[in-house]
Amino acid sequence: MEKVIAGTSVKINEEGYLTEFAQWNTQIGTELAKEANIDMTPRHWEVITYLQTEFKNEVPLSIRKIGKSGVVDIKEFYQLFPIAPLKTASKIAGIPKPASCI
Amino acid sequence: MEQHNGEIKKMMIILSKATLDNVYAAFVLANGARMEGIEAEMFFTFFGLEAIHKEKLEHLHIATVGNPAMHMPTLLGGMPGMEALATHMMKKEMERIDMPDVHEFLDILKASGVKLWACKLAMDMFHYKQEDMYADIDGILTVGDFYRQGQGVGTHMLFI
Repeated sequence: MEKVIAGTSVKINEEGYLTEFAQWNTQIGTELAKEANIDMTPRHWEVITYLQTEFKNEVPLSIRKIGKSGVVDIKEFYQLFPIAPLKTASKIAGIPKPASCI
Repeated sequence: MEQHNGEIKKMMIILSKATLDNVYAAFVLANGARMEGIEAEMFFTFFGLEAIHKEKLEHLHIATVGNPAMHMPTLLGGMPGMEALATHMMKKEMERIDMPDVHEFLDILKASGVKLWACKLAMDMFHYKQEDMYADIDGILTVGDFYRQGQGVGTHMLFI
């Protein structure tokens, strides 16, 4: 379905994840973060950029990989995105919901 | 009185066994809760204590006897080396699917905000001291203490 986020019409699925990453921009990311009650800081953006790079390289995401990324450790990841961090961060990043159980 | 919508707020997971498959099931459930924004606390009791015992946690096995899912005749499962072989194979598969080892998994759980409690009665029974245990456990509790930790609407308890 279509939704207007930050003045742009984008395609999203029923859970609110963007279905076409090419439609993503930082204004959309900021708006999606607001919906999740997160005020984006440079540190948040570093993590989002990392997730997007992994997505572009077709690397499946897991909490273990986040911990080994060298970008952020698991503790800080939970501080930045306190509720359901990997799902929330993926949504803000405009990439699909992670499928991993770990 | 306000109606509860059935949302799960907190998972209280009790681990009473130390076979690798049970330990991993408990860890995955606790971690999975945190990944969904659900609080999680774990209570390690009886043999489950081995999963947080500094030395023993490195040497947990899967059971080849009394485990019908192994599809192995009981007599064969009891042969020397069978458990080690099955454990080795399982660990290899786990590495393939990016499953951390027990110690690393505990680190992940702690970093994710899972509380780890040792059962006081079982600690006494096995003559374990806090310094024998994984350094980052949150403490040693009685059953009553653990129940108190789980107070509140939307808490679920799980026994493994």
